Amino acid sequence: MQTIQDMMDTFIDKAELVSAKVSRVKTLEEAFAYTVALCDGKEMCPLLVSGCELNLSEPSMQLCREKTGKIVAAPGLDTEGTASLRALCEGKGLELIDHGLRRHLGGLDIGFTVCDLGIAETGTLVLDSSSEEVRLATMVCETHVAVLPQSKLRATSFDAEPELLEFMASTPNYLSFITGASRTADIERVLALGVHGPLELHILLWEDK
Amino acid sequence: MQDATTLKEYRDQCQEAIDDEFLRKAMDSFAKAYRTNRVKAFAGMNEKALIAEIAGAKDAAIVRLPELYEEFRAKAEQAGVHVHLAKTAAEANEIICQIAKDNGCQKIVKSKSMTAEETLLNHRLEADGLEVTETDLGEWIIQLRHEGPSHMVMPAIHLSRYQVADLFTDVTKKEQDSDIEKLVKVARRELRAKYIEADMGISGANFAVVETGAIGLVTNEGNARLVTTLPRVHVALCGVDKLTPTLHDALRIIKALPRNATGQAITSYVTWITGANACATGPQGKKEYHIVFLDNGRLAMAQDPDFRQILRCVRCGACANVCPVYRMVGGHRMGHIYIGAIGLLLTYFFHGRDKAKNLVQNCINCGACKEACVAGIDLPRLIKKVHARIQDEEGHALPSVLLGKVMSNRKLFHTLLKTAKWGQKPIKDGSTGYLRHLPMIFGKGQDFRALPGVADKAFRDEWPEIRPQVDNPRYRVALFSGCVQDFVYPEQMKAGVRVMDGHGVAMEYPMGQSCCGLPLVMMGESGPARDVAEQNVKAMDPSKFDYIITLCASCASHLKHTYPRMLGDDPELAEKARVFSEKVIDFSSFVYDVLGVGKDDFKEEGGQGKTAYHSPCHLCRGLGVTEAPRELLRQSGLNYAPSAEEDVCCGFGGTFSMKFPAESRELLHKKLDNVKASGAGELVSDCPGCVMQLRGGAEMRKDGLRVRHIAEALAERKK
Ligand code: SF4
Ligand code: SF4
Repeated sequence: MQTIQDMMDTFIDKAELVSAKVSRVKTLEEAFAYTVALCDGKEMCPLLVSGCELNLSEPSMQLCREKTGKIVAAPGLDTEGTASLRALCEGKGLELIDHGLRRHLGGLDIGFTVCDLGIAETGTLVLDSSSEEVRLATMVCETHVAVLPQSKLRATSFDAEPELLEFMASTPNYLSFITGASRTADIERVLALGVHGPLELHILLWEDK
Repeated sequence: MQDATTLKEYRDQCQEAIDDEFLRKAMDSFAKAYRTNRVKAFAGMNEKALIAEIAGAKDAAIVRLPELYEEFRAKAEQAGVHVHLAKTAAEANEIICQIAKDNGCQKIVKSKSMTAEETLLNHRLEADGLEVTETDLGEWIIQLRHEGPSHMVMPAIHLSRYQVADLFTDVTKKEQDSDIEKLVKVARRELRAKYIEADMGISGANFAVVETGAIGLVTNEGNARLVTTLPRVHVALCGVDKLTPTLHDALRIIKALPRNATGQAITSYVTWITGANACATGPQGKKEYHIVFLDNGRLAMAQDPDFRQILRCVRCGACANVCPVYRMVGGHRMGHIYIGAIGLLLTYFFHGRDKAKNLVQNCINCGACKEACVAGIDLPRLIKKVHARIQDEEGHALPSVLLGKVMSNRKLFHTLLKTAKWGQKPIKDGSTGYLRHLPMIFGKGQDFRALPGVADKAFRDEWPEIRPQVDNPRYRVALFSGCVQDFVYPEQMKAGVRVMDGHGVAMEYPMGQSCCGLPLVMMGESGPARDVAEQNVKAMDPSKFDYIITLCASCASHLKHTYPRMLGDDPELAEKARVFSEKVIDFSSFVYDVLGVGKDDFKEEGGQGKTAYHSPCHLCRGLGVTEAPRELLRQSGLNYAPSAEEDVCCGFGGTFSMKFPAESRELLHKKLDNVKASGAGELVSDCPGCVMQLRGGAEMRKDGLRVRHIAEALAERKK
């Protein structure tokens, strides 16, 4: 049996191997603050989402123009969490949305989620994405900030299996394993991040116990 | 997409691919990088055990596919999914077109699906006036170019960034830079617009998990998540072979599939969809969700006790990544739709004999695919079996029939070989032993290597004079020479005998032995191949010997692995063949592992210069022998100098080199270049076929490289 510490070490190791940025937070509040600071930093949330500075076709240019402000999407939070994140966002002039993500398909800056499980052996996050808003938040955003409660970390996919089956048993269900950012090597086998989904994945290991 | 109608046309297409400089460079660097990455990815894991578990679980599922389908259907329907089973590719396409019609769909986004490539789904959808956009970057690129994939995992691996930039310039009507990162971003934005407009999403499925009714999708780009989320209709097209009883089975495959495909521990995304999920634009806020299972011959294949293992395939593409032929000719020549070793097989079963008949011949039987296959499929053997089947169905080519007839009659065959000695007189160079020019039967393009003539005296005729007298032997062994060492290179056999002499080995050379039969298998002549196997097993009674020794790696591997299978159905021979095969051992292993020959047996003063080693396919992969020959080189003072890619095929492949001389030549030159870079003046190997190829090539190139059988080099160093 692995200790929590072993699992954490493996998880961080494996997640960083696929260029996820891993940090630790003690509270959810701290995770909110991290997110807002990330977006407030000019680099991270440029008005123009990536690709929009390039020579695109007319319709795609049009889609780029739909985004007019800096947006954080956090559809999966409870009321309390949403309220406190919203307060922080508004303080910095960022917009927080928790529904209606289909109106923002042109681009979002940050998608914020709290994950359901973590798998240490591969540095994988497991996220119940049955809500369409959660799916969109984690796919349309430029950066995905994912909080992983330490208590939800499992050593291997086999160890997570009973819980995975539980999720799948309450149909309909849409369950995602996420490991690093969206990537491709389809042109000359050169690795490029962010082909469809997030360009960056930030994982915040939450010491919830 | 390979669709040549004649072997000649096919060969010409392969030649074009070989001449394509970009493709060659891309494939070479890919092949090298892949090998390293794969080793890293599996480091610290028990790879063989994992493969065996995957194969075992798949086999258990394959025999009950119809049942699994029913269970899955019940489960999925409960969760609001419409489940269909299509008998043929055309039927699957019709079902999907009908779904589009019923739901008033116009625009479709697709995530990567080899199964949809198999059914040529896009053509059918477009015929109905539907707009289809592939969203996997590689698939989108080849769709825009109206091409098929050249790799199952990296479909556009044959294209350069410049070609992609030109293509994107056409699509966006704006000038594009060839910077890869920028091109990827352009695709990101252009495709984003497509997702938004689409009213139907089509995906494949890597798994259909029976216990949950879920499909599993393994992707890196994340496009499958958008394809299955944004449009109001989702259709998953899935081969029935993807049905897997438990989630555990799928999780196990995920431990191996990405590692074997791209050297990743896991892909960026694995998506599990169970039931019709929320969809804001769908009817009642739910997705209209269909799963179309495709049979297209799979259920019949599941009934075949031997070919059914093909259904274990998880489409990782590794059997192409490691294939030396794929590396030379690329995916458009090494497959019709499915690519690589598995492509050769699936083309026959899914796309028919016509598309497969040339393709299946383009396998050099090196075994690299089998070793890399994460599902443990015996790909090379099945490829030969399909080849034989096609010959049976279409009629055998005349030269092939003749060869079969001659070789299964040992006396006739040997008489012909001996007669050849007189026939070649005018063309055999007395001092070098090479043929000065090749007789017509060798065909065109063979002049990249010098070929030897038949020896003046066959080994079998010399044997009575050179046979060592041994009193109180430690071992009783039978020597199996194979045709090449018997009639062309008897000196290799004699050297082998000399190395073993003095170690208490009583050797016999049973005269009734004939060709091992591998060349016949390579020609697709399974009947005569079985006949010679029977002759050999009868000619050397295995109960009389401790070992059956051969200095030919190809013979050794064929005798060991194929004989018990070939003769297994004959009640009189089965047991004998089993014992026979158990006693077969290659020369290096016998000398090093059994006799314990070492430093003390060799001259004290070190040898001059360095010696490189070529590891024959049938020795290192066929028999798993890698250390014995290298140790012998070290111990004997031959100054072993490692060279790059020692275990990659030399391009001989028996009759392969006659059929595909251009490919054989490329492999040969690559090998000789690597040896040259090692600084060795001598090259040794454990197989007379490899020696023939390498020596002939070095002679033509005037490399000044001495090529010998390892036995010859060792005999010279013996005290
Ligand atoms: S045996 Fe060798 S040549 Fe034949 S398909 Fe496999 S890897 Fe390719
Ligand atoms: S045959 Fe084996 S190596 Fe080839 S794609 Fe299938 S699983 Fe992979």
